[in-house]
Amino acid sequence: MARAAVLVTAATAANPAAVVRLRQVAKTYRSGTLEVPALRGISFEIPSHRFSVVVGASGSGKTTLLNLIGSIDSPSSGTVEVCGEEIAALSDDALSDFRARNIGFIFQTFSLVPVLSAYENVEYPLLLVGMPQAERRRRTLAMLEAVGLTGQAHQRPNELSGGQRQRVAIARALVKEPQVVLADEPTANLDSATGASIIDLMRRVQVQSRTTFIFATHDPKLMSHADETFVIRDGELVEHRKGDGR
Amino acid sequence: MKLLLKIAFRNMLRNLRRSLMTGSAVAAGALALLLFGGFAAYIFAGLETNNVQRIGHLTVFRAGYFLLGAGNPAAYGIDYYRDVIALIERDPVVGPMINVITPTQSLVGIAGNFSGSVEASKTFLGTGLIPSNRERMRQWDEFRASAGYVPDRRMSDDDPSRGEIGVGLARVLGLCGPLGLHGCPALPAARSFSGETTGAAQRDLTDLAARDLAAGAQGSNPTPQIDLLAATAGGAPNVVQLAVGGAEPQGVKELDDNFVAMPLGLAQQLVYGRGEHKATGIVLQLHRSEDLPAAHARLTTLFRQKHLDLEVRDFGELSPFYGQVKNMFSAIFLFIALVMGVIVLFAVVNTMTMNVMERTNEVGTIRALGVRRAGIRSQFTVEGVLIGAIGATVGAVLALAIAALVNHAGLTWIPPGNATAVPLRLDVAGRAALVGGAWLGLAIVTTLAALLPANRAARLPVVDALRHV
Repeated sequence: MARAAVLVTAATAANPAAVVRLRQVAKTYRSGTLEVPALRGISFEIPSHRFSVVVGASGSGKTTLLNLIGSIDSPSSGTVEVCGEEIAALSDDALSDFRARNIGFIFQTFSLVPVLSAYENVEYPLLLVGMPQAERRRRTLAMLEAVGLTGQAHQRPNELSGGQRQRVAIARALVKEPQVVLADEPTANLDSATGASIIDLMRRVQVQSRTTFIFATHDPKLMSHADETFVIRDGELVEHRKGDGR
Repeated sequence: MKLLLKIAFRNMLRNLRRSLMTGSAVAAGALALLLFGGFAAYIFAGLETNNVQRIGHLTVFRAGYFLLGAGNPAAYGIDYYRDVIALIERDPVVGPMINVITPTQSLVGIAGNFSGSVEASKTFLGTGLIPSNRERMRQWDEFRASAGYVPDRRMSDDDPSRGEIGVGLARVLGLCGPLGLHGCPALPAARSFSGETTGAAQRDLTDLAARDLAAGAQGSNPTPQIDLLAATAGGAPNVVQLAVGGAEPQGVKELDDNFVAMPLGLAQQLVYGRGEHKATGIVLQLHRSEDLPAAHARLTTLFRQKHLDLEVRDFGELSPFYGQVKNMFSAIFLFIALVMGVIVLFAVVNTMTMNVMERTNEVGTIRALGVRRAGIRSQFTVEGVLIGAIGATVGAVLALAIAALVNHAGLTWIPPGNATAVPLRLDVAGRAALVGGAWLGLAIVTTLAALLPANRAARLPVVDALRHV
């Protein structure tokens, strides 16, 4: 625990290159009169262009942490700063616009819009930022090619395999070139071979795009690729490891 | 917007059965509204046509006649009515609007038939008119709601003593045989009186008729004759003889039992004798009903400017039945619209609520991608509106098709206040306000119905929506 404290303290030192900065962040869920603490005063920073992994047991607070960084949830106390913006200071519309510009999400269940084709799903975030059609088309096609789905561009999600769906989700998350991509258990619903290929794909595009990736995962393969690993237990950051990011 | 519509349309197809059920409810609503609305529109047009053919759009009276004149029409005659008619015809505003302008004389009195074996009498409500003007008025059919014009040869400008009576009055006066009417019971031999006049009155009428008509003008006229007794404007009794050219059924029994139409000159002779002939009213039939308010206002101004002691009444005031029927149909239409609106509202709310529940995770996803709350609200609202718009359009097309079928089926019916059958029609085609109004009304209802679940979806916390399974 002492080691972890030292690491955490070191991590909170001001780092101008940090894309994510958390200070004493706590989150408590209320269910009636019952209060369930999910995060208990976490502080750390994640520099830009990193492939970072948040690990921990189920219920440790990983998803809550990603939700706060993704600005889709707000902390009970403390401050969350992402891409230089303090999340709590933004209105709901401003948060939506902020996410549209800066954050890409990859979900465990893929969460594609079922009535849109692979192409349209990938194009969707670009429509939200008002990108001109020609540029949208160029980027969407390039992204589909990058994830190896050029041939499936016009297929709907229900016509794709799990791995293909997750590739579409990755393309959708990256197509707008966000500063941060958050992925919550992205390989949990995939078989090991597909999961491995997805990890390789994400690592490759992360290197190419120099986007900051933050994962919540149990997957040891994914952990082995991490530049930084944050270990959470019972809502507290207990360890911060720097890896070689293979 | 293109993306919203694309997603909305595809989601509609994705839940095709549910969308069909909801769209069907909207279509049924549109169908019911338009068919009843078309029927009501036809009723209104028919009633208006009937009234305008009979009493014109506007009638000019001596001030006070409308409220008090029924008791003594002769006391409210318009002096120099020909000058008033000329004044109205020359007016640059009203003049061009007029189709027919004609004087009329209302009167009450006792009608008697003392020819041959029959001796019967009955109070009557009479109207003096110019037959050719009446014929022109009967041809008015702005809304094509008339059963078709059939020339009435029972009266003519060339025969100043020839008129017509109601079928009920013809029965009471024992004229069924001479007039060729069927289904009349024989008059009781011992009681040839209606009971409304006294024995003294009968004797007076008989005596007057015998004295005034001793000249034997009826001579060889083959048409049945009746005697009309009325008090002149000066209060003296006066009698004229009317050749009954025929009987015409009136839509209301009270009128049918009392109705007498006669040439204006004869009515004036009966009411004013040898004195100055006046008219009770000046009837104006306009080319177009939409000119009625302007003509009404202009005449009121004109009479005020000329210091004429005259008032103007429209057919709605003179025939309250028209307004009552219109109000009744409007109330029924409103009721149907409310019921349909509630059905559509619940159908759309139910469908959209199920859509929101099924797509909660999708809501969370696209909110996470950066769609604002307003975007979510718009998405579900557009879906509801799309189902509503398609349903309402299908309903409108069905209503137009059914209306066309009914209109070509040759069905007839007798509208309230009418004595004869007219074609049954559903005026849906060409009623842009009705079709557009029903369509728009349903679109508004579906929008409101979709807003509630759409708003609920928009307010979902993103993390809760993402957790939803």
